[in-house]
Amino acid sequence: MAQAAAAGHATIFEDWGSDVTTFKGVPWGKAMMWIFLLSDTFIFSCFLISYMTVRITAAEPWPNASEVFSLTMFGAPVPLLLIAIMTFDLITSSGTMALAVNYGYRRDKKKAIRFICATAFFGAVFVGMQAFEWTKLISEGVKPWGNEWGAEQFGACFFMITGFHGMHVSAGVIYLLIVAWRLHKGVYDKTNYEIVEIVGLYWHFVDLVWVFIFAFFYLW
Amino acid sequence: MAQAEIPYQEAMPLHHPHSWVTKYWFSQDHKVIAVQYGITAMAVGLIALLASLLMRTQIGFPGAIEWITPDRYYQAVTMHGMIMVIYLLTAFLLGSFGNYLIPLMLGARDMVFPFVNMISYHVYLLSVVILLASFFVPGGPTGAGWTLYPPQAILTGTPGADWGIITMLLSLAVFIVAFTMGGLNYITTILQARTRGMTLMRMPLSVWGIFAATVLGLLAFPALFVSAVMMILDQVIGTSFFMPAIASSFEPSASEYSGGSPLLFQHLFWFFGHPEVYIVALPAFGVVSDLISVHARKNIFGYRMMVWAIVWIGVLSFVVWAHHMYVAGMHPYFGFFFATTTLIIAVPTAIKVYNWTLTLWRANIRFTVPMLFAIAFVITFVVGGLTGLFLGNVIVDVPLSDTYFVVAHFHMVMGVSPILVIFGGIYHWYPKITGRMLNDTVGKLHFWITAVGTYVIYFPMHYLGFVGVPRRYYHNEPLGESAFYPASAELLNQGISIAAFIVGAAQLLFVYNLFVSYWRGRPAGDNPWEACSLEWRTPQTPPIHGNWSDTLPTVHRWAYDYSVPGEKEDFIPQDVPHRA
Repeated sequence: MAQAAAAGHATIFEDWGSDVTTFKGVPWGKAMMWIFLLSDTFIFSCFLISYMTVRITAAEPWPNASEVFSLTMFGAPVPLLLIAIMTFDLITSSGTMALAVNYGYRRDKKKAIRFICATAFFGAVFVGMQAFEWTKLISEGVKPWGNEWGAEQFGACFFMITGFHGMHVSAGVIYLLIVAWRLHKGVYDKTNYEIVEIVGLYWHFVDLVWVFIFAFFYLW
Repeated sequence: MAQAEIPYQEAMPLHHPHSWVTKYWFSQDHKVIAVQYGITAMAVGLIALLASLLMRTQIGFPGAIEWITPDRYYQAVTMHGMIMVIYLLTAFLLGSFGNYLIPLMLGARDMVFPFVNMISYHVYLLSVVILLASFFVPGGPTGAGWTLYPPQAILTGTPGADWGIITMLLSLAVFIVAFTMGGLNYITTILQARTRGMTLMRMPLSVWGIFAATVLGLLAFPALFVSAVMMILDQVIGTSFFMPAIASSFEPSASEYSGGSPLLFQHLFWFFGHPEVYIVALPAFGVVSDLISVHARKNIFGYRMMVWAIVWIGVLSFVVWAHHMYVAGMHPYFGFFFATTTLIIAVPTAIKVYNWTLTLWRANIRFTVPMLFAIAFVITFVVGGLTGLFLGNVIVDVPLSDTYFVVAHFHMVMGVSPILVIFGGIYHWYPKITGRMLNDTVGKLHFWITAVGTYVIYFPMHYLGFVGVPRRYYHNEPLGESAFYPASAELLNQGISIAAFIVGAAQLLFVYNLFVSYWRGRPAGDNPWEACSLEWRTPQTPPIHGNWSDTLPTVHRWAYDYSVPGEKEDFIPQDVPHRA
């Protein structure tokens, strides 16, 4: 048993260490995107860990998330309503992205482009809703340098981190549209359409980051 | 499977230059980009050298030049440190050596994404321009020390607290973008674009060092990026990430700060800062291993051990950062943890030193200029590393913190050591880059002045540290606050400064050598050092765009087949097949 395991490990190392490529059959662009996302993970981790530290060490009490982030519907405050819609929207976009990747590998260019565009649309809607959320919070008095509810770091962290994520989503929308356009132009016709998967990796990553931001800002 | 992917590389589309601009300015050839990185890094390094000479003038001969006010002194300290660590060492070892060596040593046509590589250099250039712009903004560059600790970095009283700090942080953020683009290319090339037969365990150690350092960079620079963003926000729009309420009391006119944590910055900064030491050291380790092996005509001792030592140093470098913060105030168990991990790093590092020494042991050493620099590196690194053992222990570090002992330590271990390797590497690969040898006599003169000068400058600093001379002080005359240390320190400081002027001036010899040898140097031939690794096996010297002829070379052995018993030649290049 142990011997078999040792042999298995040896094979893994031999595969990785073999000549030409470490990850067999992985195109350069895809490998590069994975490595980039690893690096980007560290950026978001640093942001979120800094946020946790700042929150724990804040001198004043932290504002109550469900109070600050509530939306008034029919005269009653509904906590986390907007954020639920935003999250739903972004996760839907992940679904359309997955479909685009699938159609890409089936070489169904038309459907792949259509689903990429749908993904970009959901992404743009997300950014729009975020703009609305920011405007609302700012008009209610949440500023990066202070707010009425408690520790001033609340606004600072919120705007910095959701802003950084929003920039990623916006960049992703542009990236998606460029890929869709070039796909339409036939730039990738000689390849396996792996570019759709590469942009998909980025998009799913941005989604995944949102899940963490959602959990740490709105549910904590 | 693997074989099927080679034609993909061989037929890799290359954007051949059509004009002077695309050949020398917006070139997509990794070799040109490497030289661009190298020249820019050296130019900005000369500015940092000048800054250090200004500092030494003030420390050795206080008040000799009226122009050096306390503000200018602190600006010189800061710019010297930041430029040397980031814009010279990191950029040179990865941007220049990385770019030049990776494709050539691995038998690749170019980096996998030459366009991104080209952009990477230009973004780096932009970061250098922003950095240099800080000399011309109102208030001048920041004088916060290269660690840029808040709150003082952005409070009035610190030079450059208005504009200098913003340009500095902005420049760092841009540099990180450039590094990321370059680094992604290096890693992807190393992992996915090696030639036939080039297994990971046949890669020259230079490539291993650059690979590990790039991984560290991609994982450590994010922390610096995040702290730069947060500090810019603190400075510009008045958030309080790093600014406690007490900061406002020093500066009633400024924003109302409250509840920020300066310690958070230190954690972020050193989570980047410590791996940064190894981002600089690991490529140097790799390059020096190759230099020693080639010029000692012996295979590197314990190749596998060397590889795993690089990997383990890389991993451990992420769990030692708080040893820079012992005096910042930490839970004692925290200090215990970080002291332990710090001392554990000495194990793989010592393995490397033993292996270099054992490679030299009873070898047929050729005392060429690169070899001299390599040997000087090993000695200097041991000296600097040993003082690291002192500083890694909390109880020894606390009294030595912020004295010249620390200055001596890090200049030996991560300042001079990698610089020696950079020099050695340039003397070693210059023949491949230009087709001509650097002048030996000038090179030896440059070496002896630099190597001996290093010890004249930094050895006495250990003593200065022990008698308690604090670092970064503008006033070193026995007046007021600094009256507690002996007058002998003054004399030493003068000697150190004079040595620093001489060593600084000697670097002009090197620059002169680089220029003159480009036109007048002895033609080098394809393989002047009789080395085994692939970069010496290109069909042309200097290699053309695309490096190889129509087919990429096939690798049959590791890069260290020197003095193989029973062979006629004392070296067998990597692409020579084994005898049947």
